[in-house]
Formats: sequence, C-alpha cells, structure tokens
Amino acid sequence: MDRNSNAYTFIFAIVLVVVVAAVLAFAATNLKPLQENNVRNEKMHNILTTLNLMSDMSEMETTFNKYIKQQISLKADGTIDESVNAFTLNLKKEIKKPIEEQRFPLYIAEKDGKKFYIVPLFGAGLWDSIWGYIALEEDKNTIIGAVFDHKAETPGLGAEINQKWFGDMFIGKQILKDASLGFTAEGNFVSVTVVKGGTPDENLHGVDGISGGTITCDAVSKMVQERISNYLPYFQNN
Amino acid sequence: MSNKEGLFSKKNLQLLKDPLDDNNPISIQVLGICSALAITVKLEPAIVMSVSVLFVLVASNVIVSLLRNMIPNRIRIIVQLVIVAALVILVDQVLKAYSYEVSKQLSVFVGLIITNCIIMGRLEAFALANGPWKAFLDGIGNSIGYAVILIIVAFIRELLGSGKLYGVQIVPQSFYDMGYQNNGLMLLAPMALIVVGVLIWAQRSRNRKLIEK
Repeated sequence: MDRNSNAYTFIFAIVLVVVVAAVLAFAATNLKPLQENNVRNEKMHNILTTLNLMSDMSEMETTFNKYIKQQISLKADGTIDESVNAFTLNLKKEIKKPIEEQRFPLYIAEKDGKKFYIVPLFGAGLWDSIWGYIALEEDKNTIIGAVFDHKAETPGLGAEINQKWFGDMFIGKQILKDASLGFTAEGNFVSVTVVKGGTPDENLHGVDGISGGTITCDAVSKMVQERISNYLPYFQNN
Repeated sequence: MSNKEGLFSKKNLQLLKDPLDDNNPISIQVLGICSALAITVKLEPAIVMSVSVLFVLVASNVIVSLLRNMIPNRIRIIVQLVIVAALVILVDQVLKAYSYEVSKQLSVFVGLIITNCIIMGRLEAFALANGPWKAFLDGIGNSIGYAVILIIVAFIRELLGSGKLYGVQIVPQSFYDMGYQNNGLMLLAPMALIVVGVLIWAQRSRNRKLIEK
C-alpha cells in the first residue's frame, strides 16, 4: 500500500491511537488502587502532622486509627450527620453546595490524654486550589499545629505555604478575641490572619506573610476564617 | 547480509560513547536545558528524572525505529508525539503508584518530558533512519549523557545549597557553628544555568575537538 496515500495515513493514525489508548487504559486501571492508597496515606499523614505525629507510610493506617478517635460530619447548625463518612467527604464539592446542604468533616484526636480537634481546610489560592489542616487544642481556641498545601502556587513565593516553617507560625495563635465570651458571640471569632509586612509575635491572631506571596497568603487567611467559622456552633455546644 | 556487524562493533559503541562527551545533549547540543534547571536542586529528583528520561527515550527510540518503515511521512511528527506522550503518561502513572513523594516533587516536569528536545531530536535524527538495536544504543547513550550532567549539577547544588547529599546531611554541624552558611543562591534556578555554563567551559577546555575556530 502506498505509504503516502490518505487512506494509509488515516488507517495508521487510527490503529496507533487505538493501541495507545488500550495500553494506557490498561495501565491506569491496574495502578489505580495503589494511587488511591497513596492519596489516602497522604491525607492521614497531613492530619497526623498537625499533631506533630510522624509515621511510616506503611503503618499510616494503624497510627491514624490509634490517635484519631472520632471522625464526624457536621451540619451547618452544629449537629452531627451520622449518614456521612467524614474521611471521604470532598471539601471541594461541599463548598459549592448551599450552606444547609454542606457537611463539615471534623477529626477528633486523643494524644497523651488530651483531646484535639482537627479542621480540614480548602480554598482557592492564586492559581489553583489550596488546602490544609489546622489542629485546635482542647479549648478549641488555641492552634497546636497547621499544615498547608497547594496545587499550583508560584514556586518560591506563594508555594512556600507548604513549608513547615509557615505552618509552624500558627502554633499558639488563637481564633477567639476573648475565650470567655464563647464561640458564637458577635465579633468574637477573629480567626488568624496572615499579615502582609509581618506582625509582632505577641499578636495572637496574626502571622507573618510571605513577601511576594500576598495573594496566596490572603487566600490562606480567607480559607482559615471561612472554614473554621462553620464549626463555631458545634464548638459552642460541645 | 554481507555488511553484518557485531552487536558491539566499534561503530555501535561509538553510539553509546559519543553523547557522553563529544556530543553531549546538554552541554554540546544545549537541548533539554529546561528540566536541567528545574529539578536539579536535589539529587533524588534528578536521578528519578534521569531514569524516567532513560526509559522514555530508549523505549520511544526503539518503537519508532521498529515502525520507521510504516510511519506515513506526513504525520511522522504527530506519531512520534503520540508515542512519547503515551510513554510519559505511563511513567507518570507508575511514579504516582510506587513513588508518590517523588512524583509530587517532579510534578509537572514528568509531563514535560514530552517536550524535552532531546527525545524528539533523537527520534527525528536517529530512530527514523536506523534499526532498533542501534536506536536502543543511541537512546541509552543520550539519556546517560543527559543524566550525567543532571546528576553533576544536582550534586553541586544540593551540597552547596543545603549541605546535604541525597537528603543526608553531609556538612557537619561544627561547620555551621563556625559560621559556615548554606548558599541559598544555589537553590535558585539561575545557579543551575551558571553551573551548567561552568561545566561546558570545563568540558571545552579539556576536549580540544570542541573548540570552535
């Protein structure tokens, strides 16, 4: 057959594409369980990191189950929805729903006899999504650990939010202006803001921003504020 | 066949050796620079990247060489791209399954192997005109030539930039106590360019053949 005829070109292209598609589909299907397991492990790893717990990837599941005592899904009014599995909740999808249909996953951990509350975060960064986990102490006010990650923030600038030093700045900060007033009092929930140009260490509600990464930092502030605000009714009642 | 030559004849070995020095894809042909800058901050991703490129280049070279008498001339570039892209996606999927941390570090650069000029260059210039065994050797030679530069650059950058090698602390704490500091500039992309430049300089002054008149 003439190698330069249109018919040959078409047939060659079709056969090639079908073969390639078959190979890729086969590989993707076979590797999927392993990849999903990796994503699961990473999620557990991130949650445990907020409590400063390290674990081997191979023992992640055991460590996670040892410390995380409860995984609950909350409704907007702070009551628990038993029908939803907190771990598999996809925040990206939840955020788009109307507020009364959203479910908020909360992880309750116990370490050295103390209770900790871990709130998953999700929001929009400068280029793509950012997410993270923030762990609160038993008073549900003081932050004990935070990790952040991102999909596509600017390397060297906004992308630095996934570094340990950035998350560590949140340790010891508080989300309430006055803890004695409770969680739902008007204006009492001030969250923790990333401040452009820096802020003194004594500021309990702010951390230093990253030079050149202001938009990402603002997105972090907004994400922390928005996500935690959904948990206030639950925190008030429990 | 009268002109049958041995598997490792002098000519064939030349295919392996040439890209290591006289015709190195990075330092002489200046191809594949983009990835050389991006993933050489640490040794580990540089090595994984080298292995990935080795796999993609060798496999695509052999496949294209096997198909070279069947590929319609008018769509040969697209055919090459499809083959390379398929292999790259395979590498990406395998990394995600078996080496998740590294695949996160390499992120987009695995996908960008598709646009690595070395690969398309070798397919166009070599695999389309030569048999599979020669294409195989050519692929090995060129990807090792690429890997050598990548690993040297990553070695220098990780050692001077973070005081580590392959993630292991090399510079002892006592050095830091005496006032030694890691060179932060080494971690930034421009230093990769400068290191590559210095390598080219060293190579050219050593190898007289390369000096242009």
